[in-house]
Amino acid sequence: MDENKIARDGAVIFSEYTRGEVIKKVVELNRDDILFELKESKLKGRGGAGFPTSTKWMLTAAAKADNKYVICNADEGEPGTFKDRVLLLEYPELVFDGMVIGGYTVGAKYGIVYLRGEYEYMLKSLQDYLEAMRNENLLGKNICGKEGFDFDIEIRLGSGAYVCGEETALIESLEGARGEARNRPPYPVNTGFMGRPTSVNNVETFASVVHIVTKGGQWFKQHGTDKSTGSKLFSVSGDCANPGVYELPWGTTINELLDKVGAVNTKAVQVGGASGVCLSKDQFERQLAYEDAGTGGSIMIFNESRDMVHVLKNFMEFFVEESCGQCTPCRIGNVKLLEGVEMIEKGEYTFRYINQLKELGATMQVASKCGLGQSSPNSFISILENFKEEIFNNGNGGTNGK
Amino acid sequence: MLVVEKNSLTAEIEAMVEKYGNSRSSLLPILQDVQRNHKFVSEFAQQEVARLLDIHPVEVYSVISFYSFLHSKPMGRNIVRLCQTITCDMMGKVNVAKAIERELGISFGETTKDNKFTLEYANCLGMCDQGPAMLVNDKIYPRLTPEKAVEILNEIG
Ligand SMILES: Cc1cc2nc3c(=O)[nH]c(=O)nc-3n(C[C@H](O)[C@H](O)[C@H](O)COP(=O)(O)O)c2cc1C
Ligand code: SF4
Ligand code: FES
Repeated sequence: MDENKIARDGAVIFSEYTRGEVIKKVVELNRDDILFELKESKLKGRGGAGFPTSTKWMLTAAAKADNKYVICNADEGEPGTFKDRVLLLEYPELVFDGMVIGGYTVGAKYGIVYLRGEYEYMLKSLQDYLEAMRNENLLGKNICGKEGFDFDIEIRLGSGAYVCGEETALIESLEGARGEARNRPPYPVNTGFMGRPTSVNNVETFASVVHIVTKGGQWFKQHGTDKSTGSKLFSVSGDCANPGVYELPWGTTINELLDKVGAVNTKAVQVGGASGVCLSKDQFERQLAYEDAGTGGSIMIFNESRDMVHVLKNFMEFFVEESCGQCTPCRIGNVKLLEGVEMIEKGEYTFRYINQLKELGATMQVASKCGLGQSSPNSFISILENFKEEIFNNGNGGTNGK
Repeated sequence: MLVVEKNSLTAEIEAMVEKYGNSRSSLLPILQDVQRNHKFVSEFAQQEVARLLDIHPVEVYSVISFYSFLHSKPMGRNIVRLCQTITCDMMGKVNVAKAIERELGISFGETTKDNKFTLEYANCLGMCDQGPAMLVNDKIYPRLTPEKAVEILNEIG
């Protein structure tokens, strides 16, 4: 599958690991030991929002219920993100063993992988993998001989809706409904799948947990920055010699990353996918970290030849299509922002109107119901701000040379 | 629809309900199976699914209409989904799209007369490091050129 599989090397996620290793260790530990290591590691969720994993698992573990669930979010729909594809195809042991630890820690007997419909081509090999784990007693009843440690994993497919990556929309989808985000609170840790306590975590979060529980929170913390511990998988695409998935410690600067992937004449870097922000050259010394330029891992590179209005239009078309339409700021707002981009494209705009649209974007960021509408204005605002010379002031009466 | 066809579709859906269970949370897997086998979920299929899961047919329709991979209108035997998102766009999506359209004689959003292909755009397929990319049914094809894309479609029986 991965024709351009770059030699995977990385200090944390891509470090040595054998299937089942951590499960054999975990059965000797109690929940609190695991939660302690996770807390010590300061691991934050890798799905984008960056919520501390130890807190999420502690809350799910503390909730009282007859049933609990662990969900692996493999919806990976953010434009420019494909690291979960690599983990699932090349490192399924990390993902599934991580889910087993999750089940043990929060007290869930049942795990679900929500795999995006676009990844159906992986389904068979993943199911075979789960079967092999069952045969080794790494899944099923009394796992590794531990009385009462029962856990199994099922894979469910999505059907082509980006918003289903949002955890409450994902749960709606699993329950057989339209993937419309829920109001929060209540949070899934209390009221999740089938109304039961549920921990939803990203594919890479589970993979990180495996290494933390195997090698310790202290070890993990040695990588990265104080606030963003460990390392991160970055999905690098666009104008560079070597696109692909890279494991880099948090705190790496954009310039360092550009060097590593062989990017030249870079004009812009979109950090965090369509819902992230677009940085210009003067910001390339910024660090990839939750406290600076945070991201679920999507890095898209644009060189000097690219038209930023075209890029922005592509993003806004994406959001207009993918908005679930449930709330007004997002449903109408994204259409208005796209119309604004089209006006700029044609050179038929006023600065007054564009400024109003930026204000609309700011309103969407606070008034939208879920993360989709809250973050969709990011690229609009950042591209128009960081590339205003190119877009508005290029010496041609502000029509971008058209 | 012929009565025989109806009966066999009912039997097929009954088997799916048997496999996944008759709770509401089985709805998506069932619809996905119907979609996979028939390339759309007909009105009759919707009614049968609704009846067997004990929910209103409108609920079933509303779910189908939400998901871009589920269809309530007939589609071609092979659904081609070309990625339209920015990285694939920069890597040459437009020329791939044009070549496919020329070769099949239809535009995106349409189905060929012989019902062999439906052309659609999709958003990022998670293959951005190897764009442009497309899905044909559930198979992924990376690193497309106009020529390669057309060859792939020609090879499909
Ligand atoms: C529109 C939208 C799409 C999202 N898509 C994904 C996704 O594909 N994968 C993912 O892990 N998280 C996604 N998230 C974030 C999830 O809601 C959730 O925060 C995450 O799965 C939690 O896992 P973590 O704590 O391990 O990061 C998305 C959020 C939004 C608002
Ligand atoms: S913000 Fe957008 S995607 Fe989220 S609930 Fe509102 S309309 Fe739906
Ligand atoms: S942009 Fe086409 S696969 Fe991601």
